[in-house]
Amino acid sequence: MKIVVCVKQIAALGDEVEFTEDERDVDPDFLDHALNEWDSYATEEALRVREASSNGEVVVVTVGDEESEEAMRRALAMGADRGVRIWAEELAGADPITVARALAEVVRAESADLVLTGVQSSDAVQAATGTALAELLGLPRVAVVTKLELGDGNATVHRELEGGLVDVVEVDTPCLLTIQTGINEPRYATLRAIKQAEQKEIDVREPGDLGAPAARVRRMFVPPRGEGAEMIDGDAAAIASRIKELVGEKMA
Amino acid sequence: MTSLVVAEHVRRELRPVTLELVSAARELGGPVAVAVIAADPSALTDAVNVEGVDEILAVRVEQEAFENDVYQQAVEALIEERSPRAVLAGFTVDAMGYAPALAAKLGLGFASDVLALREEGGEIVAERSYYGAKVNAEVEFPGHDRVVLLIRPTSWQPADGSGSAAVTEVAVPAAASRARHRDWVEVQAGDVDITTADLLLSVGRGVGEKENLEQFEELAGRMGATLSVSRPLVDAGWMPNSRQVGQSGKTVKPKVYLALGISGAVQHLAGMKTSGTIIAVNSDPEAAIFNVAHYGAVADLFEVADELDKLY
Repeated sequence: MKIVVCVKQIAALGDEVEFTEDERDVDPDFLDHALNEWDSYATEEALRVREASSNGEVVVVTVGDEESEEAMRRALAMGADRGVRIWAEELAGADPITVARALAEVVRAESADLVLTGVQSSDAVQAATGTALAELLGLPRVAVVTKLELGDGNATVHRELEGGLVDVVEVDTPCLLTIQTGINEPRYATLRAIKQAEQKEIDVREPGDLGAPAARVRRMFVPPRGEGAEMIDGDAAAIASRIKELVGEKMA
Repeated sequence: MTSLVVAEHVRRELRPVTLELVSAARELGGPVAVAVIAADPSALTDAVNVEGVDEILAVRVEQEAFENDVYQQAVEALIEERSPRAVLAGFTVDAMGYAPALAAKLGLGFASDVLALREEGGEIVAERSYYGAKVNAEVEFPGHDRVVLLIRPTSWQPADGSGSAAVTEVAVPAAASRARHRDWVEVQAGDVDITTADLLLSVGRGVGEKENLEQFEELAGRMGATLSVSRPLVDAGWMPNSRQVGQSGKTVKPKVYLALGISGAVQHLAGMKTSGTIIAVNSDPEAAIFNVAHYGAVADLFEVADELDKLY
């Protein structure tokens, strides 16, 4: 059983923000990086599938610059076997369709039995890369999966709809699934595993033809605040007493 | 040039986002066509015949429930038939299953979670958020004469008023569906119904440890509030799904919504932003929850909770 997991190193903003000179993105100095939360669930699910089959391999694939190997090392420390990193300068800030195109060649060459991605990334929230990749690979797919049971030639999965309603879906395999948080409990990597992950192989590739971008950021900006909340000043005691006062007033 | 709206429905009921899509499509100018892809489209055509809709495309398919291959093939056929400038669907679980595939296959422009939309010199400009909704961006689609846009639910007012759109039946080839609906599983009812509570005390990731929940449960009890939570606490298995506020949980509208340690992910805000009065306490002054809150305090939630414990 070979499982490919596509992961992303996400960027998060702290309290302050400044933009790049062309205003198309945030100045990298203001960003912190981590493995995308959804992808840690996808990695865990892949590891569980591998552990349930007698022999198997989990390959993590990412699109990112050299720095993004840190996130990939987290997935390797969780137990993935090896990594492939795809990069070219034109992939900086790429839209999800372009990212799917960059992934397609490498993932296809792995001939995996199962391809997993996270539902979305926390920084761009497009929820599109997995489904676009499935199309490029000609794979059946299900988006937003909260339960996976592999059968013979198919899999039964739960697809979580708005309001919590679950659609039970039978999908032909091999397939691609986008994994939702909560499907499992991602394991913590031990210090030893983190050390070992440093030794695991990460292959670096260039993407094939990326085609025309599906979208481009023209300008990034701090959104104007709505009317804004009336801020309660003072220490915790003052805040608590104002909250009590407000609750009393508004509930009356 | 036509905008094509894909109606969303589940178990024979129209999803409210559909009428919001009509409003979004109208911002682009040009005629609005709404596609109803269903086993029995006629059961839903009246519900989408609202003011601003110029044509309803009734597409009969074999499958009663949503299946992504079926939708993709039907929308591809409709694009061929109507050559729309924009295809609009909800930023929803259904659309996540086929819309990006459509864009990848046909080489279309694409953006999701779109929260504002306009036409500028003949070009479509979409607005969406990045980096935990702390910044927004204008997105353009250079070189694309057709775009797929997934619209953030609750960002537009639903279109209403009775319409007089003609209904056209469009035949599409039957799809080989590789991911087939088998069954529905309902959300567990749970011990309480958070949608009927007048006062919700809502906690999120900020509580840190499962053991800390007890304090908030007790506080809620003394305040006469019902305890609700954001998604991470359900994912962690600390609270049942029935207590979850947000897009994948419940939509609530209490008189007072007191959010302690909830940063305000878009999906969470969609489930509570119409609450009567929203009071938010968060240690991050930039937390998105303050954009919808009526009253806010930048503070440590445990310190505030300890003080509330003394008052109630």
